[in-house]
Amino acid sequence: MSDPNGSAGGEGQAGRNLPPLRLHVPEPPARPGEAADFTHFDIPAAGAQPRPDEAAQPGDIRDMAYGLVRVLDEEGLAVGPWDPRLPAETLLRMLRYMALTRAFDARMFRAQRQGKTSFYMKSTGEEAVSIGAALALSRDDMCFPSYRQQGILIARDWSIVDMMNQIYSNKGDRMKGRQLPIMYSAREAGFFSISGNLTTQYPQAVGWAMASAAKGDTRIAATWCGEGSTAEGDFHSACTFASVYRAPVIMNVVNNQWAISSFSGFAGAEATTFAARAVGYGIAGLRVDGNDVLAVYAATRWAADRARANAGPTLIEHFTYRVEGHSTSDDPSAYRSAEESSQWPLGDPIARLKQHCIAIGIWDEERHAAMDKELAEMVRDAARAAEKNGILGHGLHHPMESMFEDVFEEMPWHLKEQQQQMLDEWKAAGL
Amino acid sequence: MNMIQAINSALDVMMDRDPDVVVMGEDVGYFGGVFRATAGLQQKYGKNRVFDTPITECGIIGVAVGMGAYGLRPVPEIQFADYIYPALDQLVSEAARLRYRSAGEFISPMTVRSPFGGGIFGGQTHSQSPEGIFTHVSGVKTVIPSTPYDAKGLLIAAIEDNDPVIFFEPKRIYNGPFDGHYDSPAKSWAGHAQAQVPTGHYRIPLGKARIARAGEALTILCYGTMVHVVENTVATMGIDAEIVDLRTLVPLDIAAIEASVRKTGRCLIVHEATRTSGFGAELLAQVQERCFYHLEAPIERVTGFDTPYPHSLEWAYFPGPVRIREAISKIMKD
Repeated sequence: MSDPNGSAGGEGQAGRNLPPLRLHVPEPPARPGEAADFTHFDIPAAGAQPRPDEAAQPGDIRDMAYGLVRVLDEEGLAVGPWDPRLPAETLLRMLRYMALTRAFDARMFRAQRQGKTSFYMKSTGEEAVSIGAALALSRDDMCFPSYRQQGILIARDWSIVDMMNQIYSNKGDRMKGRQLPIMYSAREAGFFSISGNLTTQYPQAVGWAMASAAKGDTRIAATWCGEGSTAEGDFHSACTFASVYRAPVIMNVVNNQWAISSFSGFAGAEATTFAARAVGYGIAGLRVDGNDVLAVYAATRWAADRARANAGPTLIEHFTYRVEGHSTSDDPSAYRSAEESSQWPLGDPIARLKQHCIAIGIWDEERHAAMDKELAEMVRDAARAAEKNGILGHGLHHPMESMFEDVFEEMPWHLKEQQQQMLDEWKAAGL
Repeated sequence: MNMIQAINSALDVMMDRDPDVVVMGEDVGYFGGVFRATAGLQQKYGKNRVFDTPITECGIIGVAVGMGAYGLRPVPEIQFADYIYPALDQLVSEAARLRYRSAGEFISPMTVRSPFGGGIFGGQTHSQSPEGIFTHVSGVKTVIPSTPYDAKGLLIAAIEDNDPVIFFEPKRIYNGPFDGHYDSPAKSWAGHAQAQVPTGHYRIPLGKARIARAGEALTILCYGTMVHVVENTVATMGIDAEIVDLRTLVPLDIAAIEASVRKTGRCLIVHEATRTSGFGAELLAQVQERCFYHLEAPIERVTGFDTPYPHSLEWAYFPGPVRIREAISKIMKD
């Protein structure tokens, strides 16, 4: 035998009279040039899902992981047991925050195209996921977001100039220009420092929640990742820890169908739902219409109340669609049908809440148009204010010796030496 | 105290002083750890502060990052350094970078304890010395004690430190110093000067080396188990070597190294870890850059070979007295 591992499917197998094995490599329903196809999705009617008690045993509510919690129906009316019955003022705040998030995204995407910064990521179509959750949580609950939850900062009234300073890496950037644009950190807003490494925030959120529980605190943690990132090992370890210690944590999976160019089938969506991952860990699992901000709000409130009652963690799958490219470095027309975003069966989250607000008589088209205009101007003014602090590559950044700070609490000798060497080299070069 | 008792005492002292110190890891709770380092702590401080974890290293360190962000001071244990790799992403990408990337908004004041090193017939996955992986990561400190006294004082300093610390415990010398003579009866720490350990709080500052033996003929840079192997070899050779026990690899005590090599003019570096890109290479570069005109002979390294750690051939692999003696003779010839 020349092959020490034996014959790889060669003649040795020929006499066994068995069909050859086949490798299944998932393929999305539609590629560029093809018609969008969402016929494989089963979209139940709004109001159809029951609302179990917040303290329900995970094993008793398994069906919730396979259904879809929806509140807003086709006419824009809030129906069924999950209707959070929010006051008009809250509904209009939600609408405004979602519209502001979209306006912010539009402005910053343009800023990247104008060369004012290196990178940006929009959340178009997913605004309800962040805004609904942020309004359902307490402000002092700690959020461990991925890079597409800018809506949380906006819903917590964080300064958009501060966010833009970070995107421009300018002298006003509190991260001192060290982080790629959109990797915000805002401790005061309960917004944990974003990392480029996917799903690392999941066990961190569980640890934060465990710490809160161990200390007898009342605050809870929430975390977000995309459906693609559920494949990371950290997702598994976080679910295991959350289940074992019944940590007061909400784990959100934003299933926007796409992980860059890979459709959700490459994270396991062909075989089951992402909410159903919860079942195997003994965690409560909910699957919600991620473009229905009332459903997102209601599910998050349910999970938060559950966590606060020491009834354990919840995994929420938000079923939504990534309308735009993955980032400013991505062109989705290279891998998916161009029609998909317009034909997404769950519609647009802002349009749906707007329809609801009009249907119940608290809003109209004129006010909506005026709000959009006002927000566009507000974002433009904020961008101008941020640009006064500098844009990427135009020199208004933190002093270069600040690069060496914060590696450790106190700068050790070798960093001081390197810092001095750098300054001496620039000086010697006459710069 | 032996080294296990000293480590246990350090944890006890810190848990008593600071209610934010929590101990976690595989088998560390009720059972008290596979090496007994956490024995009695859960009984004394309760399950909210000392608890067993699922077998997931990335989970253990990830959870510890979150606890640190909350405001606790976690002391996670990785059962063997050979099993720290699943946690590398959380250590390298998260714990080490958290302060930097958030400009100080969030910190990761954790101390990762992990038994490391060979000499116990541990084979490939119970003998490794991965310190060079961590010294290469900006934002973590790496500490390796060689005596019970140092183990306690350094562990207390590590837990009190607001930066992540990798604390590698040389398991070969948990119960007694090891001079490299594997065929001699095992020694205990009883009667050893460095085994006199105060029961209360004391701290040995991170970043400070210890001169284990003062001398004039050559400088030997080492840490962990190798300190004892070197001490014994030097004694049997009757050579007046200065033995520098580094204790902390990052930040390194460069002043102690520089002063010693400038005095002796010769330098030997000894570690158990594999040679290529090992920490010895950094030591060699630092000595060469800083002491070039004082050197009277090429700097030598005695290290593990660039192979996985073997089982049956342990004593051919381990950088023991024979190899150290040969290296010293070579350096002294020039």
